[in-house]
Amino acid sequence: MLLLILLALPLTAGLLLPAARGGRCPVVAGVLAAMGTLVVAVAVAVERPAGQAPLLAGVPAGFGVDGLSAVLVVLVAAVLPACLIVAAAEPELRTGRFSGLMLVFTGAMLATVTATTLAPLLMAWEVMGATSWALIGYRLDDRGATRAANVAFLTTRTADLGLYVAGGALLAGGAAAMALDDTATLDGGWLHLAVAGFVLAALGKSAQLPFSFWLSGAMRGPSPVSALLHSATMVAAGGYLLLRLAPALEAAGWAGPLVAWIGVVTALLMGLVAVVQDDLKQLLAASTCSQIGFIVLAAGTAGTQAGLLQMVAHAAAKSLLFLIAGLWLAALGTRSLSGGLRGAAHRHPAVGAAFTVAALALAGLPPLGLWVSKDAVLAAAAATSPALYAAGLAAALVAACYSGRALWWVWQPAPDNGPHRMRVPMTATAVTAVLAAAAAGAGLLVYGPLSLHPDPAPHPGELAVSAVLAAVGLLIARRWAARTPAARPPTPWLRLEPAARRGIARPVLRLAALLARADDQVLARVPERAAHAVLTLARHTDGHGERAVEGAVSGVADGARALGRAARRPQTGQLHQYYAQASTGFILLGALAVVVIVVR
Amino acid sequence: MLSLIVFLPALVALALSVLPARLGPRAFAGAWTATGLAQLALVLALWTDLPASGYGAVERREWIPSAGISYHLGVDGLSLPLLALTAVVFTATAVHSWRQADRPKNFVLVFLALQTVSTGLFVSLDLILFFLFFDLSIVFMYFVIAGWGIGAPAREAALTFFLYTFLGSLALLLGFILLALAADTPTFDIPELAALNPLAGGGTYAALTLLALGIGLGVKTPVFPFHTWLPPAHTEAPAAGSAILAGILLKMGTYGFVRIAMPLLPAGWRQFALAFVVIGVISVVWGALVALAQNDLKRMIAYTSINHMGYVLLALGAAGMVSADNEQARQLATTGAVYQMVSHGLITAALFLLAGALHTRGHTYTMSAYSGLATRTPHFAALFSVAAFASLGLPGFSGFIAEFQILAGALTATPVATVIAATGILITAALFLLAISRMLTGPVRTPDAPGTPRPFPDLSAPELLSITPLLALATVLGLLPRPVLDVIEPAARTLNDLVAR
Repeated sequence: MLLLILLALPLTAGLLLPAARGGRCPVVAGVLAAMGTLVVAVAVAVERPAGQAPLLAGVPAGFGVDGLSAVLVVLVAAVLPACLIVAAAEPELRTGRFSGLMLVFTGAMLATVTATTLAPLLMAWEVMGATSWALIGYRLDDRGATRAANVAFLTTRTADLGLYVAGGALLAGGAAAMALDDTATLDGGWLHLAVAGFVLAALGKSAQLPFSFWLSGAMRGPSPVSALLHSATMVAAGGYLLLRLAPALEAAGWAGPLVAWIGVVTALLMGLVAVVQDDLKQLLAASTCSQIGFIVLAAGTAGTQAGLLQMVAHAAAKSLLFLIAGLWLAALGTRSLSGGLRGAAHRHPAVGAAFTVAALALAGLPPLGLWVSKDAVLAAAAATSPALYAAGLAAALVAACYSGRALWWVWQPAPDNGPHRMRVPMTATAVTAVLAAAAAGAGLLVYGPLSLHPDPAPHPGELAVSAVLAAVGLLIARRWAARTPAARPPTPWLRLEPAARRGIARPVLRLAALLARADDQVLARVPERAAHAVLTLARHTDGHGERAVEGAVSGVADGARALGRAARRPQTGQLHQYYAQASTGFILLGALAVVVIVVR
Repeated sequence: MLSLIVFLPALVALALSVLPARLGPRAFAGAWTATGLAQLALVLALWTDLPASGYGAVERREWIPSAGISYHLGVDGLSLPLLALTAVVFTATAVHSWRQADRPKNFVLVFLALQTVSTGLFVSLDLILFFLFFDLSIVFMYFVIAGWGIGAPAREAALTFFLYTFLGSLALLLGFILLALAADTPTFDIPELAALNPLAGGGTYAALTLLALGIGLGVKTPVFPFHTWLPPAHTEAPAAGSAILAGILLKMGTYGFVRIAMPLLPAGWRQFALAFVVIGVISVVWGALVALAQNDLKRMIAYTSINHMGYVLLALGAAGMVSADNEQARQLATTGAVYQMVSHGLITAALFLLAGALHTRGHTYTMSAYSGLATRTPHFAALFSVAAFASLGLPGFSGFIAEFQILAGALTATPVATVIAATGILITAALFLLAISRMLTGPVRTPDAPGTPRPFPDLSAPELLSITPLLALATVLGLLPRPVLDVIEPAARTLNDLVAR
């Protein structure tokens, strides 16, 4: 019942809100619904209800809350009101459509993390993708945003096909109810197929390599959308699914190492991509891929609790960073670090301070949240393979570099031309303060619920190493920040999107055009040709056949007429000729009689 | 009861035919709407007392006893949802036609006749009766396309449609005769033939019969490579005609598979199941790819129909592959196939009505002629987006429930074919997103008459009232599938048992 309210409240409110008209009504209603959802979420996390309803033949829709879900439910429900309150600072986002979509988006994520069987998970998963499409393409007159939304939806849906296949594999492998927990016990090859499907879907959703590019385009959407999409929903969903399925990954054998390596490589490479971005939102987006990479790494090394901790700590820091990027964009009209954002932190010290806390947390500086969580992840990696640990440390160093660089620019002396002081609504400032506290203190959660208690716990030595690395990274950033590329269009992300366009989208479109031509010029022509052939045959029958038949008929008539004429010739009317004919006749008859008698 | 449901529209048509044509569209379309609602009410009454197994509301009278032909009607879980779908889609079309300006009286009369034959087909339990309704549907649809289409291409498209599907129906008749003759005492009665199972041994005779049925039903469905009559017919037909053609008439083909081909030729079906799977998968991929290349909205929707009907064939073929002995998987596949018929009927009818609304305003189906409609006509844009997402199989709409069951159920029997078919979901998503971003977003641009900008109003009341219920129903079926599944599942189980025996 409680679960039903949790899911129905944001979804229903979200579907009704677009009808709301005028003024602040949609904003207030949206925030109230989000607050209500948060209250219910806390209750759900405490009560841990579970239940299921019949959906398909033998395939129920199961929902339930365990330690993993409980943390995520609260996290998701907590980020939403923050995003909605800050979004209200932008006039164009004060519509029912925006609030409604955000609520549906969150509702879908809540359903994703509470689903215990595949069918409802897949449903929520895809609804989340579609809502993200609508949110990224929120500005209807911006063709670029629409295109980015299309890329995002199609890329994630490509990966989602994995879930469809996983569903069939679950069924075929003996998990009749398609319960997620049964994945690890599937028979034979179906286990591998199911796990492959799940991994594909999760990597796509959480923008891991090679799918990362969709997240770059997604920056065309409003910043509060990014804040939600990058922290607690969408990209988090992929990480969540892998954490949930960690036992199955292990059972499949190959999946654990594969996932771990994809995670750590993404963390490293996308971190490097982030270092060279001048656009603040692009920098943050690339860093999301990188940080989610740590969660994926944790899932691949059976560090479920560490991954969850990382998810919470990252969500707090990243939602805050995006919200502030949005506030700056609205006030200063730019996202360029070396351009308009130079010295942005001075223009509103409270917001600037919040940004600093979040950026330092992202850098992994002790004692902030991500320092603890990242080390928990790295401890799990170290227990599996030293190479993974080393790669993870390198990625951590890179994270400190890009965070430091962003900080360096926003704390530069502000140029005199911009507005001296920026106006930010009190509510938005309050939200940034709360989130900053959360980002700073997230590490304390290791003393909290059991599902956040990392196992193996990071060694003090490991903690010290990463603390030093973070400091080194920040120093490097301080030294080199000004030399990294200046204002220019968004740096391409490893050229993945052009590759996908050239390698997949264009060939498919060309094939489609080819098939369409074949359809029109070959397939459609066959019946047409057949019809023509029948007509031609008919004409031939008419022209030749008919004439032949007619000729034969008239030939018979002509013959009969000729015979008749011939038969008339002996009738001359002269008696001596009749006698001659009669005597010839008798002679012939006599000869015939003789022949007959002789022969017999 | 069933006779009343079937012939109610025909009776109303008879009554309307004596009224003078000058009464205008409202009178005729109003009467049609009322008929549709009455029929819907009767179908719902039937829904409440459907027997748990076997046929309900059976009516049987002697017709041509010497040939084993009778007037035999009945409903079960396979036909009842389609019966309801017929009533719903025709009623929506009736509402949509409230402002039909061109010869409204004849228009309504032809559609009422079409409604009777469509309803009749889904409740026929006699092969000859089935064939009669099957053929009459072609005749009346010919009149709709030729009479209310646009110009000379319409007549040509109507002729192509008629000849193509009529030839198909001849193959079907041949198959029916072969089936009837296979029994010891020839009979055309479907339940009797199913019980007798005269072709249980398989062999060449059964294979030829299945081939004849397959061609006849495949042309109507349509599946690759018999689909080329569909795009021109849809492009030239009026919006209401397209909605009925795609929403109801295509289902006659797929319904024929579950009602006739599978239960009456189980051995042949099992033997050639793989062929149907392959044809289904080709239809899925081919339909989706060709749709992706279209710039004409109606042609695009027409090709997505081929894609969606391909899933039905894939599921039914997979259900015939008994070797993979997974009862639940076959159950899901067959149920999904029937669900897909209902879902596609609702969604595609809505899409075609929306395309018609676009044509009324811009006089062209070319997508590149429109841009930024989301700002100019928000209601149209909202409904079109909903319909597009429903059609691309987004969860929350009926299409997902159907396609998920089909894919999950078919994977056990044919993993490779199913994975290939799953890519169809992706291509459909791409083509609808492209259509949305071309027509609905960006700067506002509508096709104008030279010199003067043409008014481009948002959806009118009849359009809203006809399209919204269809999409609302697709949403309800997507969120709460149980009521309909409860009806389909027992019948699908019976069907699977018949195929597996």
